[in-house]
Amino acid sequence: MRKIAIYGKGGIGKSTTTQNTVAGLAEMGEQVMVVGCDPKADSTRLLLGGLAQKTVLDTLREEGEDVELDDVLKPGYKGVMCTESGGPEPGVGCAGRGIITSINLLEQLGAYTESKKLDYAFYDVLGDVVCGGFAMPIREGKAEEIYIVVSGEMMAMYAANNICKGIVKFAEAGVVRLGGLICNSRNVDNEKEMIEALADQLGTQMIHFIPRDNVVQRAEINRKTVIDYEPENAQADEYRTLAKKIAANEMRVIPTPLEIEELEKLLIDYGIAA
Amino acid sequence: MASTANADIADKHLLDGKDPEKIKQEMLRDYPPKIARKRAKQIVINKVDKDQNVPEISSNVRTIPGLIGQRGCCYAGCKGVVLGPTRDIINITHGPIGCGFYSWLTRRNQTDASTSEDGHNFMPYCFSTDMQDKEIIFGGEKKLEQAIQEAYDNFHPKAIAVFATCPVGLIGDDIHAVSRKMKARLGINVFGFSCEGYKGVSQSAGHHIANNGIFKNVIGNDDTVREGEFKLNLLGEYNIGGDAFEIERIFEKCGITLVSTFSGNSSIDDFANAHTADLNLIMCHRSINYVAEMMETKFGLPWIKVNFIGAQATAKSLRKIAQYFEDPKLTEKVEAVIAGEMPEIENALQMIRPRTKGKRAMMFVGGSRAHHYQELFTEMGMETLSAGYEFGHRDDYEGRKVLPDIKVDADSRNIEELEISPDQDRFKPRKSSEELKKLMEDGLAFSEYDGMMTEMKTGSMIIDDLTQHEADKLIESFKPDIFCAGIKEKYAVQKHGIPMKQLHSYDYGGPYAGFVGAINFYKDIERMVNSRIWGFLKAPWEKNPELAANYVFDE
Repeated sequence: MRKIAIYGKGGIGKSTTTQNTVAGLAEMGEQVMVVGCDPKADSTRLLLGGLAQKTVLDTLREEGEDVELDDVLKPGYKGVMCTESGGPEPGVGCAGRGIITSINLLEQLGAYTESKKLDYAFYDVLGDVVCGGFAMPIREGKAEEIYIVVSGEMMAMYAANNICKGIVKFAEAGVVRLGGLICNSRNVDNEKEMIEALADQLGTQMIHFIPRDNVVQRAEINRKTVIDYEPENAQADEYRTLAKKIAANEMRVIPTPLEIEELEKLLIDYGIAA
Repeated sequence: MASTANADIADKHLLDGKDPEKIKQEMLRDYPPKIARKRAKQIVINKVDKDQNVPEISSNVRTIPGLIGQRGCCYAGCKGVVLGPTRDIINITHGPIGCGFYSWLTRRNQTDASTSEDGHNFMPYCFSTDMQDKEIIFGGEKKLEQAIQEAYDNFHPKAIAVFATCPVGLIGDDIHAVSRKMKARLGINVFGFSCEGYKGVSQSAGHHIANNGIFKNVIGNDDTVREGEFKLNLLGEYNIGGDAFEIERIFEKCGITLVSTFSGNSSIDDFANAHTADLNLIMCHRSINYVAEMMETKFGLPWIKVNFIGAQATAKSLRKIAQYFEDPKLTEKVEAVIAGEMPEIENALQMIRPRTKGKRAMMFVGGSRAHHYQELFTEMGMETLSAGYEFGHRDDYEGRKVLPDIKVDADSRNIEELEISPDQDRFKPRKSSEELKKLMEDGLAFSEYDGMMTEMKTGSMIIDDLTQHEADKLIESFKPDIFCAGIKEKYAVQKHGIPMKQLHSYDYGGPYAGFVGAINFYKDIERMVNSRIWGFLKAPWEKNPELAANYVFDE
């Protein structure tokens, strides 16, 4: 089983990209589990056709210790197993601690055991790794492979670079490695070249460039992935390509994060100055 | 306790026949250089000059991780020390159960509920919200609200206080908002203390937070002026082993009216009323001076430092009170009481002194106790070789005159400093400035504390925030006759074969305050320093082996 975590700046399109890519993998016949690690619990909405399920933490709260895996793990599009960690409402409690509790519980309940015959487990993690809890998926060898969703906007690149710093910390102590950057285009000038250059400086690759297309939004409002909603659309093929590339990817690196001056230079060279 | 002239040989001040500077260097030798530099500033060889100046000692600074220290946390200082001894406030610990459980009556604070009309005494109970994973993740405010409601429904207390533990600060539960809401709903006083354990460098931060909270939420809530003459408050007396009961007995005999004690044998009603007294007495300067300062600014009652530990110290403190009130009747009564108590003190001392004279003590406890108990040892003819505080500040060591020179660091800035101004209607200076001036000229020091070091011999070792390593070195070097500290140190000290007295909880003894307390202390200490039990620490075969042999491989 390959264990993959998707990180990236908030609002960059992690959940959308993850679910569309997972749909592509499912089409290829792979058995996939998606673990949503965001208190908003919207990481599996497109695969399940809505926010139908109860989150792990809600279940834990209501049922006490007596939680069954079936209570929290639901099959979605083409048999993709979906679970949401969940968490407190904004402004209270500790969402990070929630992620830790939830992932531990899933492990104890046997969500990852051999008998589940999973090919992939995807962790879709909330925007910024604000505290230790959100780094849980890359600690202790839970996820071994990380993809960062990024765009050509400065703050997205800045966030990607910061996430790389976090990866270095955990990579040196464990098995986690960076698999590549996924560029989710915002139609910034020279975006592809700039992200390729960023990937190069980070010591990794831009594994795929996803062009911007409003079909993604149309599919989303219908609670579907593009592959599910308009299978013939060219955008669906982009996600299929990304799925194939990830399936074939063998590149695993400990990234080399940039100094802030280097990052700014990159932006000037490819962006503002160009 | 003036500096000893005969020890002043070749400009070296010997301590118990040894060079304290050399012992200090031996202590520091095992530390890495950076730690040794820091500790060197916290281990000071005392030197009192003719103007009562003493060397600077680094204190109220962070404990170095890895060194086994004595300190408690901010929560312990706030809930455990200052508010814990009040019988009729329900003190709810908002946090995991351990914080509540381990701060539950461990200091042996006593109280007498029969003096309150309602007879409320919640001290035997332990109230906690028992936070679980669930509350950490989703927030604990609802559970806290429920806990307050449940406590109210079961006991109908006059007041409920909420104490924040570490996780509460991390997840951001607003205990003050919950307290305000429940205060409005229940119609009783409900107030919170943001005393998360990680705040500050020691429990001292918690004392300050407790002082602020009690001042903001309780003191001044009741303007009823009680009957009685010579009204005063006793601050920083926590009724461990019944100390407050003994002091109350003496006050009563003298005709002094005690409005409120902070917080031994206390009721919240007394706190609310405390501002109507005419004088504040401070026992434990470290834990409570903030309230005294704030009461003086807002309501106009001055404070003096007293000490009821030691018969002579008690007599001296009573005379200070009489001097303040300037009433011949009181002065006469005080003198009569002292004269009445002293014969028994003399009798007791005559019995024990031959067996305690020349014995040597060490004390590492609190923010005042390490100072106060030296009085008792002196009365017994014993010498304090080394002493230090767990959480004292420079003013507790060197005297309040150094206050302007104390550097306020980031850890202290983290603790709220209340801005207090005189109360528009209720500020009333108890003495005119001329009267105060005259009293000061006659030797009554207001708002003054000279600290521990000025009263200790030149050459004594003063050690702040003592570490286990340093304690071991001290004991090995001097083999003192008794070592006083807290429960954490107790058994390590006893393993050296040295008697150990807890001065936080008094082990199982007390009271040790006032006249009766002094006699109790003489007797307990005499028994301990003369005990032969420690001679039996070594098994007979360790001292005189019946068989002697060598290993073959050694030959």
